[in-house]
Amino acid sequence: MMKAGLKRSNAPIFWGLFGAGGMLSALFGPVLVFITGIAVPLGLLLPKGAMSYPKMQAFAQNFIGKSFIFAVIALFLWFAAHRIFHSLHEIGIHAGLGAKLICYGSAFASTVIAAYVLLVLGF
Amino acid sequence: MSKRRPYVRSMDGWWRKNPFYVEYMIHECTALFVAAYAFVLLVGLVRLGQGEAAWNGWLDALRSPVSVAFHVVFLAVIAYHTYTWFVIMPITLPPIIIGGKTVGPGVITGGGLLAAVVVSLVMLALVWRIV
Repeated sequence: MMKAGLKRSNAPIFWGLFGAGGMLSALFGPVLVFITGIAVPLGLLLPKGAMSYPKMQAFAQNFIGKSFIFAVIALFLWFAAHRIFHSLHEIGIHAGLGAKLICYGSAFASTVIAAYVLLVLGF
Repeated sequence: MSKRRPYVRSMDGWWRKNPFYVEYMIHECTALFVAAYAFVLLVGLVRLGQGEAAWNGWLDALRSPVSVAFHVVFLAVIAYHTYTWFVIMPITLPPIIIGGKTVGPGVITGGGLLAAVVVSLVMLALVWRIV
């Protein structure tokens, strides 16, 4: 029988965000870096104006585009926060509440900022 | 308060003594680069929300040689993250049973890497069609 007062762990939530972000960054990370950071800036391979203001604004106003941008930014950061937080121990930093707040707090703040900007950009 | 200061063996650099742990630390560190890239994108999103001039300023910043050099490093490190993510996946996934047989580790790793290649090609094709 379960104890009535048994506290449920919040670990599965952070583990789930880690797994989702790790998977998303494994599948989409390299190609996104190539497109946004190398091909478009250098005018390599991809069509000119692939990331022009009207195109990106339309992309961020489209429901699918909006969801994609949000998922990439938020989940990449939740994944990284979780992994960095758990790696601190390996380099001799006994991570306490402060490290937790910095790691997960920056992911949380970025998630809120991304959601806010995407909402303000409209549909 | 006790004045005793018992000897505690130092754990500094423990991971350097074994190639397995060196690789472990390298693949854990890829998270720093994933985070850095996500922050670059977050800044881009904020600039997009501020209007056309701000967005074009962000695009200009991405054209600087320093930025391109950073993104070449991001590409290499995040591609390595992709590789290790799928190499570890047979251990992190619960056993998958298809037709009474457990799916082997090679199939899971290979399938994941193939999926990453397909996703990359589809993304490039989508960018082509957008224009």
